[in-house]
Amino acid sequence: MFIEINNLTKNYGKYTAVNKINFAIDKNKTIGLLGPNGCGKTTTIGMMLGLVTPSEGEITIENKNINTFRRDEILKRFNFASPYVELPKKLTVKQNLEIYGRLYGVKELRKRIEEISIDLDIKNFFNRKTGELSSGQKNRVSLAKSLINKPEILLLDEPTASLDPDIGDFIRSYIQEYKSKNKITILLASHNMNEVERLCDSIIMMKKGRIIDVGTCGELIKKHGRSNLEETFLKLARSKDEFF
Amino acid sequence: MNFFKIYALGLRHLYLIMNSFPRVLDLIYWPTVQIFLWGFISKFFTLNSVYYSNTVGVILTAAILYDFLFRASISFNMMFLEEIWSRNFTNLFIAPIRIREIIAALTFTAILRTLIGLVPAVLIAIPLFGVSVLKLGLPLIFLLLALYLFGVTLGLLVTSGLLRFGPSFENIAWASLFFLAPLGCIYYPLEILPTSLQIIAKGLPLVHIFEEMRSILMNNTVNYMNIIKSISISVVYFIFGVIVFYISYFGAKKRGTLINMGE
Repeated sequence: MFIEINNLTKNYGKYTAVNKINFAIDKNKTIGLLGPNGCGKTTTIGMMLGLVTPSEGEITIENKNINTFRRDEILKRFNFASPYVELPKKLTVKQNLEIYGRLYGVKELRKRIEEISIDLDIKNFFNRKTGELSSGQKNRVSLAKSLINKPEILLLDEPTASLDPDIGDFIRSYIQEYKSKNKITILLASHNMNEVERLCDSIIMMKKGRIIDVGTCGELIKKHGRSNLEETFLKLARSKDEFF
Repeated sequence: MNFFKIYALGLRHLYLIMNSFPRVLDLIYWPTVQIFLWGFISKFFTLNSVYYSNTVGVILTAAILYDFLFRASISFNMMFLEEIWSRNFTNLFIAPIRIREIIAALTFTAILRTLIGLVPAVLIAIPLFGVSVLKLGLPLIFLLLALYLFGVTLGLLVTSGLLRFGPSFENIAWASLFFLAPLGCIYYPLEILPTSLQIIAKGLPLVHIFEEMRSILMNNTVNYMNIIKSISISVVYFIFGVIVFYISYFGAKKRGTLINMGE
């Protein structure tokens, strides 16, 4: 397995945000992380990115504990995008991509910026300050930043939250296209079931810090006797049982 | 240390300054006002004080050096606060840059912000009040070094507080230097302080820096032991500041406050 999460736990005092979770991700697969608000998705992503120290358990990449890597060595293999995390507002789009390209040590940076800005259709507001952009434009810039280093592992936290259907669809289509052309492992936390169905190879369902079920989209729908993922999500979120 | 990454982070703050003329104006405005204010006070004391007679510019030079310290510390804090205000904190801390490189980038970039603000003010003081800090000669470089290290240390301690307590610690960033100023003996000799406070004050590099500055300007003597002492104390504080920063960083990771830290 490419990434393994073993017994991962995060306690904040008496509150357990993530409770002994275990899962594995194969290389070049897209895994959906689903669950109601406060179920521990962001904390799990935070631990994978080294922003949060686990209370227990370990994360391994290619059988090597993530803590044994040097911070800069491991983080250059990752990247992350979320609408809740912004880029410096007073810098232009071009400047932001340049700064992050340099921080990630991207070779032939100018070419890479050009490439990604055409792909994500952000060239027409390249010289505008990031803080002046609409939500849809900001999301595309944030996605451009998250792909600037061609990461092996991409963590996405609700990448299309609060976007209109058109832009949401543009981003989903782009991720789908990017996946087909590049070798990339994606962990996608989302509340958009359509997005998860479209992008993910399999799904991890979380609730109250625990994993309550795993499987492919079709498997989960069938197992719980529902007609779509949204209904399955509602059943799992409202149920008191664990199915995993 | 990867100097390309230090440069990249420095460039982020340079772009921020370059993109905004009001920001440049703000950097220059406050030191200039300070120089004007202390220039007139200095002129008055020079004409009316026995202690300062025939030593034109001692107070103004002290004001300039203190402002250098103040700007260095505030610049360090401001750059860190910018990341919080722009909600860029998570992006910064997941970038493949080591903590020591972040500290180095902030330290080197703070000097740039400090100089942008202070150089015009220092140049104004020459024709307007006939005072030039360059009169301190070669020791000026060492005094500035000691001040800079101490200013950055205060910046490190405040940013450690921001990491520990979040944006609510922001007010402390502004107040931090005023807290130490009375003990720094910036405008008066050490003997003015009560004996108990003198002991504490001697533990700060400021006393040695400003005592030495007065000694050079008023007695024309340079005591290099005093300069070495001030740099050594500053280095010790700087190391302490770096350790506190690391402790706060690891503490923040444990508490999970690095995620979504913002206004």
